[in-house]
Amino acid sequence: MKSDTGSGRRTPYVDTSPHVADEVKYTTCYMCACRCGIKVHLQDGSIRYIQGNPDHPVNKGVLCAKGSAGIMTQNSPAKLTKPLKRVGPRGSGEFEEIEWEEAMETASDWLSRIRATDPKKLAFFTGRDQSQALTGWWASQFGTPNYAAHGGFCSVNMAAAGLYSIGGSFWEFGEPDWEHTKYLMMFGVAEDHDSNPIKMGLGKLKTRGAKFVSVNPIRTGYSAIADQWISIRPGTDGLFVMSLIHQLMKSDNIDIEYLVRYTNAHWLVINDPGAADDGLFARDKDGNPLCWDGKTKALANARSPEVSPAVVGDYELPDGRKAQPSFNLVASRYLDDKYAPANVAEQTGLDQETIEQAARELAHYAFKEEIELDIEWTDWAGRKHSTMKGRPVAFHAMRGISAHSNGFHTCRALHLLQMLLGSIDCPGGFRHKPPFPKPIPPGLKPAGKPGQVNADTPLPGPPLGFPVSPEDLLVDADGKPQRIDKAFSWEFPLSAHGLMHLVITNAWKGDPYPIDTLMMFMANMSWNSSMNTSGMIDMLTDKNEETGEYKIPRIIYADAYYSETVAYADLILPDTTYLERYDCISLLDRPICEADACQDAIRQPIIELDRDVRPFQSVLLDLGARLGLGAMLNEDGGPKYPGGYPDYIVNHERAPGIGSLAGWRGKNGDKHGRGEPNPNQLEKYIENKAFWSHKLKPAQRYYKMANKDYLDWATEMGFVGSSEQIVMEIYSEALQKFRLAARGHGDIQPPEEHRARVEAYFDPIPIWYEPFEEAMVDTNDYPFHALTQRPMHMYHSWGGHNAWLRQVTGSNKLYMNTKTGAKLGLEDDDWVWVTSHHGRIRVQLGLMDGVNENTVWTWNAIGKRKGAWNLDEDAGEAKKGFLLNHVISDLLPAREGGYRYANADPVTGQAAWYDLRVQIEKAGPEEAEESYPQFDAVKRPEGLKPAPNVLRYGKSLREKRED
Amino acid sequence: MTELPVQTETRLGLVIDLDICVGCHACSVNCKEWNAGGHMAPLTDLNPYGKGQDGVWFNRVHTFEAVPENGDGCAQTVHFPRSCLHCENAACVTVCPTGASFKRDEDGIVLIDESRCIGCKLCSWACPYGAREFDSDVGVMKKCTLCIDRIYNENLEEIDRVPACVSTCPASARHFGDLGDPNSDVSKLVKDRGGYDLMPELNYKPTNKYLPPRPRAKAAAQLPSAPIIETLPSNDQPLLQWVDKFLSR
Amino acid sequence: MQPAFSVIFFTVSTGTGYGLLFLFGLLGAAGKLPADPTFGFIGMALGIVLVGAGLLSSMLHLGHPERAWRAFSQWKTSWLSREGVASVISFIPSLAMMYLWVFESTSHPMFTLFGLATALMAFVTVYCTAMIYRSLPPIHQWANGWTLPNYLFMGLAGGGVVLVGLYGVVGVPLTLAPIFAVGALFVAWGVKSGYWRFIDNSKSKSTAETATGLGHIGKVTQMEAPHTEDNYLLKEMGFQIGRKHGDKLRRYANVLTFLLPILLLGGTQQTTGYVSSGLSLLAVLSFALGAITERWLFFAQAEHTVTLYYGR
Ligand SMILES: Nc1nc2c(c(=O)[nH]1)N[C@H]1C(S)=C(S)[C@@H](COP(=O)(O)OP(=O)(O)OC[C@H]3O[C@@H](n4cnc5c(=O)[nH]c(N)nc54)[C@H](O)[C@@H]3O)O[C@H]1N2
Ligand SMILES: Nc1nc2c(c(=O)[nH]1)N[C@H]1C(S)=C(S)[C@@H](COP(=O)(O)OP(=O)(O)OC[C@H]3O[C@@H](n4cnc5c(=O)[nH]c(N)nc54)[C@H](O)[C@@H]3O)O[C@H]1N2
Ligand code: SF4
Ligand code: SF4
Ligand code: SF4
Ligand code: SF4
Ligand code: SF4
Ligand SMILES: [Mo]
Repeated sequence: MKSDTGSGRRTPYVDTSPHVADEVKYTTCYMCACRCGIKVHLQDGSIRYIQGNPDHPVNKGVLCAKGSAGIMTQNSPAKLTKPLKRVGPRGSGEFEEIEWEEAMETASDWLSRIRATDPKKLAFFTGRDQSQALTGWWASQFGTPNYAAHGGFCSVNMAAAGLYSIGGSFWEFGEPDWEHTKYLMMFGVAEDHDSNPIKMGLGKLKTRGAKFVSVNPIRTGYSAIADQWISIRPGTDGLFVMSLIHQLMKSDNIDIEYLVRYTNAHWLVINDPGAADDGLFARDKDGNPLCWDGKTKALANARSPEVSPAVVGDYELPDGRKAQPSFNLVASRYLDDKYAPANVAEQTGLDQETIEQAARELAHYAFKEEIELDIEWTDWAGRKHSTMKGRPVAFHAMRGISAHSNGFHTCRALHLLQMLLGSIDCPGGFRHKPPFPKPIPPGLKPAGKPGQVNADTPLPGPPLGFPVSPEDLLVDADGKPQRIDKAFSWEFPLSAHGLMHLVITNAWKGDPYPIDTLMMFMANMSWNSSMNTSGMIDMLTDKNEETGEYKIPRIIYADAYYSETVAYADLILPDTTYLERYDCISLLDRPICEADACQDAIRQPIIELDRDVRPFQSVLLDLGARLGLGAMLNEDGGPKYPGGYPDYIVNHERAPGIGSLAGWRGKNGDKHGRGEPNPNQLEKYIENKAFWSHKLKPAQRYYKMANKDYLDWATEMGFVGSSEQIVMEIYSEALQKFRLAARGHGDIQPPEEHRARVEAYFDPIPIWYEPFEEAMVDTNDYPFHALTQRPMHMYHSWGGHNAWLRQVTGSNKLYMNTKTGAKLGLEDDDWVWVTSHHGRIRVQLGLMDGVNENTVWTWNAIGKRKGAWNLDEDAGEAKKGFLLNHVISDLLPAREGGYRYANADPVTGQAAWYDLRVQIEKAGPEEAEESYPQFDAVKRPEGLKPAPNVLRYGKSLREKRED
Repeated sequence: MTELPVQTETRLGLVIDLDICVGCHACSVNCKEWNAGGHMAPLTDLNPYGKGQDGVWFNRVHTFEAVPENGDGCAQTVHFPRSCLHCENAACVTVCPTGASFKRDEDGIVLIDESRCIGCKLCSWACPYGAREFDSDVGVMKKCTLCIDRIYNENLEEIDRVPACVSTCPASARHFGDLGDPNSDVSKLVKDRGGYDLMPELNYKPTNKYLPPRPRAKAAAQLPSAPIIETLPSNDQPLLQWVDKFLSR
Repeated sequence: MQPAFSVIFFTVSTGTGYGLLFLFGLLGAAGKLPADPTFGFIGMALGIVLVGAGLLSSMLHLGHPERAWRAFSQWKTSWLSREGVASVISFIPSLAMMYLWVFESTSHPMFTLFGLATALMAFVTVYCTAMIYRSLPPIHQWANGWTLPNYLFMGLAGGGVVLVGLYGVVGVPLTLAPIFAVGALFVAWGVKSGYWRFIDNSKSKSTAETATGLGHIGKVTQMEAPHTEDNYLLKEMGFQIGRKHGDKLRRYANVLTFLLPILLLGGTQQTTGYVSSGLSLLAVLSFALGAITERWLFFAQAEHTVTLYYGR
């Protein structure tokens, strides 16, 4: 066919308006944890196209590479098809298909025996879980304290430092004021959870002409588009930040007004060395913190809006003891010349001028380019302000600073810098997203103390929480840990997210006690999410010599795909894909709010199930009912949520009127936030394109920690307990309490062997210390820092079975600076040995310029186990790809006679992935050009079909259309 | 119809902003996704789960480093998406022996009529930019269609009538419009930001333009006003600066 | 560029075939051809078969050979189409010439005309073949002034060598043929040497810097390719051959294509009978191997601008 274009020429006819889809459905993406809204076009029940939902507040129509590749994940030959029972040895991949009834019976048989005797013998750990509100609740109903998700090895330093300082944190719980900031400094971010929002924000910010600075040893991704790249030496960000603080303090570029209004800068700290309350806040008899009021020249309630408090000076308390405002202590520390740029330059690898210039710029943008929005608001004390003032400097940070053993303090130092600049939750600064800010720290306490774990009994509270003093720890009278991961013990007192990375090691050792069943969900713990991967594999397969039983007797695992970990489980509960099930993205869990809006969302089945698999959340509720967990049963003993997860989403109430979803509550669906369950709630969500969004009123949008309108609303929503001001903490009394215990005060004190450590790292004011591994190995032997970065187009291990994404990155190299390579006589594509104190791997090298000369790095989680994911055994992921994890130790280097602590932060237990130090040498010419170690291939389990050799996705869609 | 139009009614094309492209590959995967079921469907993948995996893509994102030659200042990393530029002097069209390749009069989009393509590959040799990829399974050449089946598609909502790669780009580094109209947004962007042609020396006159990365500060940007930490107080006791500061809460 | 055997064989075979037909055409027009119909049949058939086989081989690498007929349509712009058209047209005069030679006589009044036409079409077709490569700006090693004479003279030399061989086999007196062939070989050799000197001493105007437009920042290097495995572009256009290997093959090509045939043909002048025919056949063989090497190098040493994006 030809069409006449009118110009006398004829170019062939093209159908410019072809039929696209029979049906369009909305749901939420889960190709990563960012949770963007998607609009799925379907033709004959198969996916024609997935696009970003233009109305969705998170991604506003954009879609990343992973989200766009959803079709191929749905199409993956690695999808599990039926419950499996292991028949060969662990790790072999030999399985037998079983019916669901048998699977459920087996699981409930194993678990009911545990529950009837000692519920803590079940360790239930979940990884990329987006239903932690359910899984955590389930664990506490079961009665085991041994529950956590992946946060402990992910970024708990970030979360905890924020929650113990400012009531919120970076991670995905806050964001820079993309609209107003004039200067953004980003620390150690390659991709982050807010994948699309950060990219959208950076695009916006750069188009506006604001300045973007990236502090990162590697110049890829976001750092590539930064106006300035600060190539810091890994692990030294804390020093850099403290040096910035030093400069700003010396030049009086500190927002004192902000500090006294919103932080505890003026609160008086008792100065009585040796006393049991040394370093705690001085309080009046009602427990109010005291300050020195400059107006009345007297001690006064520091929380009172009326005072004009002093921030420096020595003041006498009624009992005659001395006290100083906490700011005085903070300032004294950082004014010390050891933080002067010249004195930190060498250690940070930055030149003095770079640091000075950065401080100058921060000062400039914060104080010379102050902004003011014409928005009237009321503060916590009821005072009206006609405008909202802002200091348009914002920060964002993620695992580059949190995944170090000094990460907690580094993150806290960064929050301190923000507070000193007066740029938290103000226009142009860092902004909290509801439900943050929370009280500092949030009021939840972990349950699982001795006596709280009993047969056939739920825990009296949630397994995870926020200790504020030694009383809150889960230790016995001897100071022994109570949880299998030793969370909330003296080794890591503030491990608010648990320590998933220690579960396998401890369970294998039986330290602090042996467990019976390890149940995992959505976590590839035999591979990329473990440190010491080869060691983990050994522990999972190690047997008790006498009994011949595995040291970890039973493993139940729920995955949707044939990941490496499947082969190590005894019972597999195959899950659905994200396009096949209901899910809820709840405010009770990891919310998807924005600074200006409160939001939640759902997933709904888009594709009909074609396999015998079940949504894990529904399986869990079923299991709960079979186990007779009260909260999952009706009065008549029948299951309370017979409709499975969707039933629970709609009908479960956490507190009266508060449930999984906040939108369209109440019998008629006219209530938001609080209200009785609405049987038609899911339909309402579906009608609204699968999400609910409530915009904050302009007057509620900033200063949320002290904004009356906001706090009233947050109280109503149940985010905070009262509308009282949330006072941010430049000085952490909670940390000091642990330190006092270490100094011998109080009933609950650390055992001798941990005392010095607690004393050293529970400093109420941020400190910097050399990362542990660096301090313990000879850095001449291990001259390089070794890091990983997340590829923007891959999500951990689960991008690797995606036919499109693995075409982009099907193997990984170790990148090194070209100059360093030249010094070592190494060339592009050479094979090299990478050796740490723990082990060695053989990998292929790539040279580049934009990386610190003392740093090497690779893309995370590209390497695959041979045979896993239904990839061919000679796939590049297995033959050339590699995991750095093999050389990352789960424990710190052995010391003479000393206890081997976990390779983790001493405050929170965060895994110190990026402390790794290595040496590099060229592999011999006779050595195989493949990565080392290589493992035996896992077999393809029954039920999985061989992967096809050619993919013609879309062919039939077109044929149908053109018919 | 391998003769090139003397002039097209519009000159539709893309403008790609290298200053804000973060190299996320969203454009290339979304392009693959749309087009796998689109006008040139399928975009066959070979060995999709094995070694040597390879498929047809219309858009590929490279990462380069530009190393200043004077040795001062470190390398700048630049992400660089590459797809068909819908050239005015599209030699890929004129070399085609069958007329399968053509450039549309209406909008200058360069397309392939698969039913005529003999798969001689000559057009891919003629394209300096590597914008054409051969589908060996189907035996025909394939390439970016500028999403011809989206941009005018009445079955799609108005806002979706832009190329897939443009609407999906999270950083808004991609723009679509009429580069023949000097008053269009894209033309203005090109003018303001010094948009340029790739390999201008070959005189293919690409329609698509690239916006250069803005200069990166080696140390720091020049501030609009004088830096304010010129002299640090030579105070021995800097704490004293805050002694009489009593600010109200 | 990936040296695909089908394409190499195509250009060598048709080039040589047309060289032969060109010589027959001219000699015929000049009345210098032996009248022997058997010789006419064998000679013309050989030329036509070489051409036809080449053309068929070129179809082997098509994705859709059954649509090859469509390739005749775009002669207005496409050298490949022109080549196709020319090659088909070329069959008319050469078949006619063959017919007259075999069934009528070389003194047929139309023989001169068809001879001229055969020569012309042979020239035109090889010209078109050469222009396919000559007119590809992304490939510096092809888009230059040497490509056309290279193809034309290689064709001519090939035709000359084959002609001598034919004469030898059939027993036609060689007379001036070897001298002519040797002359053509010398010219082709000169041209090829010039070509190699040119590609060794000149560079494409296009660089990684112009390809990306990032030259103003500095030297552009690849940090990461868009895909970790080779794709079509790299398989087709990313072919690379080491300098040393290339030099070695050039030496082979020089010896086999030019030096040896020249010596062997020289030898035919000094010898007679079987020895002479033998030598002339050896010359054909040597040339064939050499020309294939030469053509392999023509592809293997051609660099496409797309490789600039891949840091190759
Ligand atoms: N070297 C190094 N190692 C690291 C890191 C690093 O930076 N460097 N980062 C660490 C961090 S922060 C994290 S969070 C971890 C992440 O590590 P993991 O939490 O192990 O993440 P994944 O590899 O994505 O594994 C999740 C599993 O979920 C499965 N899955 C996917 N979709 C579904 C589904 O719908 N249902 C079910 N049931 N299963 C599904 C996948 O198949 C996969 O097996 O890695 C850690 N490991
Ligand atoms: N596409 C994609 N998105 C993801 C994920 C994924 O796998 N793929 N994973 C998700 C998960 S679980 C997480 S936890 C987040 C993590 O998000 P990110 O924190 O962005 O992830 P990482 O890749 O660990 O990036 C760490 C960055 O810190 C830098 N870095 C390392 N050490 C230091 C240091 O000492 N100082 C400084 N300043 N920088 C340093 C590294 O070079 C790297 O750029 O991403 C989430 N989003
Ligand atoms: S960032 Fe990408 S993968 Fe993650 S939810 Fe959004 S679209 Fe999906
Ligand atoms: S989607 Fe946008 S930011 Fe991402 S690679 Fe493509 S152009 Fe760059
Ligand atoms: S970029 Fe290549 S394929 Fe596209 S029009 Fe230009 S020459 Fe043709
Ligand atoms: S491959 Fe197809 S489109 Fe390309 S030149 Fe040959 S016939 Fe034309
Ligand atoms: S315009 Fe369409 S076909 Fe072309 S690169 Fe973009 S998405 Fe792909
Ligand atoms: Mo993570």
